[in-house]
Amino acid sequence: MSDSPVMTQGALEAAEHAHPPYQRHHFETVDQQADATNFAMWVFLLTEVMFFGGLFTAYLILRNWYYPAFVAASHQLSIFWGTTNTGVLITSSFTMAMGVWCAETRRKSGLVLALVATFVLGLVFLGIKGIEYHEKWEKHHVPGFHYSLQSFINPSSDPVAQEYGDKALPMDMARKTELYFFLYFAMTGMHALHMIIGIAILAFMIVRARAGAYTSGHVTFVENFGLYWHFVDIIWIFLFPLLYLISRHQ
Amino acid sequence: MSEHSEHEHHIVSPKVYVAIFAALLILTGLTVAASYLEMGVFNAVVALAIAVIKATLVVLFFMHVKYSTKLTKLTVGAGLFTFIVLVGMTLCDYITRAWGRW
Repeated sequence: MSDSPVMTQGALEAAEHAHPPYQRHHFETVDQQADATNFAMWVFLLTEVMFFGGLFTAYLILRNWYYPAFVAASHQLSIFWGTTNTGVLITSSFTMAMGVWCAETRRKSGLVLALVATFVLGLVFLGIKGIEYHEKWEKHHVPGFHYSLQSFINPSSDPVAQEYGDKALPMDMARKTELYFFLYFAMTGMHALHMIIGIAILAFMIVRARAGAYTSGHVTFVENFGLYWHFVDIIWIFLFPLLYLISRHQ
Repeated sequence: MSEHSEHEHHIVSPKVYVAIFAALLILTGLTVAASYLEMGVFNAVVALAIAVIKATLVVLFFMHVKYSTKLTKLTVGAGLFTFIVLVGMTLCDYITRAWGRW
């Protein structure tokens, strides 16, 4: 090609670069770009799996070691709020999935509606989480200097413990309830942090979607955000039974 | 990277999303109901089994893995495998120690 006239070369380059404005120059095709971006998003999610995996492993081991403490402490969580929040989060995953569909089929107002619904449901989830955290705060069940063992060494003082018929734990075991609440706050707190980040990105996406950003054929951003949001949903799908449900009867 | 023919961008229809959404809500109700039954160790087993089913539905349909490229499927599989190694190998260590808590 070195002996081609300059004019022809320029024309050739222009022809080669006839691609949609959202295709980056280092990708040969839009498909290749979409594949690479999707792969990158999944690799990021795998690092997240390993991150939460460590917390789940810690929960598994400590629950087996300090079983009576974990059972008594988990009785303090509200199954009603936990179930409600699971419903809220699953619904938000559904609205997000519908958002992706709207972007793919170029429905602008539908996409905005879906994103706003996801945004609002995310806030509702955090609000309910706030109610639950507040209850723990008031009962001194937040690990730290103000942590109180009352509910566990003297269950008759605690209506929830009474309802479950909890027996008083010996002092050394009762102290391990703090470990349960540490894991509870670490796991739900990290989950809530992911929600907060997701909600912030949703706000940004709502503004962009209103300007028509994702409904002109380039849906990668909405799609990959959807993957993130569903991943956060999956974490909760495991947190809910492990923290709230499985110790109801023990 | 994948073949071009493989990467026909598949649009999952809202019907599928509604069906999966309903299934997830039903399974949530089921797992809560199951927690009220006295099943001994099986309380944990049933709860985790339902959670795995729910997560699988989300991954396959909401996250489109069922319709994705082989590369994506392989990546998800590798993630699951590595997660099992993380939990499995850690438990191997704890279970085989002589401190007698297991």
